[in-house]
Amino acid sequence: MQYTDDYRNKDRIQTLVRAIQKETVHSWKIMEICGGQTHAIARYRIEEMLPATICLLHGPGCPVCVTPEEIIDHAIAIARKPNVILTSFGDMMRVPGSYSDLLQAKAQGADVRILYSPLDAVELAATHPEKEIVFFAVGFETTIPVHLMALKEAVRHGLKNFSLLCSFFAVPPAIEMILSQPDNKVDGFLTAGHVCAITGNEAYYRLAADYRKPMVVTGFEPADLLYGIYKCILQLEKGEAKVENAYKRAVSETGNREAKNLMETFLEPVEREWRGIGTIPAGGFSLREKYAAFDAALKFPVANNSLLREKEKTDIRCIAGEIMKGNRQVTDCAYFGSVCKPAHPLGAPMVSAEGVCAAYYNYNYQTVI
Amino acid sequence: MCLAVPGKIMSIDASIPELKMAKVDFGGVIKSICVQWLDAEAGDYVLAHAGMAISKIDKEEAEQTLADFEIISRSLDTDS
Repeated sequence: MQYTDDYRNKDRIQTLVRAIQKETVHSWKIMEICGGQTHAIARYRIEEMLPATICLLHGPGCPVCVTPEEIIDHAIAIARKPNVILTSFGDMMRVPGSYSDLLQAKAQGADVRILYSPLDAVELAATHPEKEIVFFAVGFETTIPVHLMALKEAVRHGLKNFSLLCSFFAVPPAIEMILSQPDNKVDGFLTAGHVCAITGNEAYYRLAADYRKPMVVTGFEPADLLYGIYKCILQLEKGEAKVENAYKRAVSETGNREAKNLMETFLEPVEREWRGIGTIPAGGFSLREKYAAFDAALKFPVANNSLLREKEKTDIRCIAGEIMKGNRQVTDCAYFGSVCKPAHPLGAPMVSAEGVCAAYYNYNYQTVI
Repeated sequence: MCLAVPGKIMSIDASIPELKMAKVDFGGVIKSICVQWLDAEAGDYVLAHAGMAISKIDKEEAEQTLADFEIISRSLDTDS
């Protein structure tokens, strides 16, 4: 396929691997932010191509993984209401809340449906006026404006039976949280190409300057990832800390103006809990008060937030939060692949299609750990 | 979650000005994708994410990146 095969070409990959080997003198720890990149790294075994002195840390870039259990519990509670169709991406279905998941709720009779796009939920609302259509809207800046496009359409059609249960996260504040840890181990970042396709690169200049860390906008194909790593290594070896774009075919300096306008119109920044990581100031977004009628959390409140708990909040054996902050590696987990598997996960990163533990598990790393 | 796939716009339906839709070819699979955020036309490649085209692929930048790889390759060959 055009713009895919070119970046999976064996000769180009070998060239970049050799260039990285040639330029690397010191030991460096580089964090990729995006879970999609983590999966590509595991799938193409990028880590095995790199010099032993380069360590890749896998960041918190999986919105499914960092969605708090309380919101998943809330989604399940809404799904169980009569007259509600709870919709979301397939990714959300098996992520454990504190006592169940959406797939179990569906098995028990709730009307839970997987959709390809939030725009499909608007169509569902238009064709089912007798039902309440709730889209469980989870995402970073890449996905957030897609949900808002659906909301804009619902407003345009005057639909009163459409709402979003929002779990929206802002990526740059999470990077800053990682960087401001006193024992932070990250030398440089590969920033998430598709987040930057929306936001542009503006937010990263201050972070690169304040914390003296290279920030390289990186794509998702193997040659893209190696090119991002190469540019990061060049900076690190020279002692530089710049924002660079290694994914220019998809990311412009200023991002997507229309999508950013939608975020400005509908959202305001809020403090947000990232599951396993903690509360991050301005780490997420909520719908503005003006659009409260479309906020499923307000439209379908739960009695209190201490929903039935059959087990402790986040299994204490799960070290995913520390992995996503760059403090631990999957290889440090005593339960990976034994107690914790996709069929019975201790934490969300073992379930999500972008979770770091699922990446290592699905691409057969359990045999080498 | 942030998976986005490149595809080629086959045709655009702008009959609803607020929701410009396109038929996009992803290596043989044709899907209907909203292109409201982009100034795009048939023949352009876009990155599609959850039903929305989030970015138009810049052909010149794509070629430049491949040219950069070529320069890196030649410099390695010169060194060795």
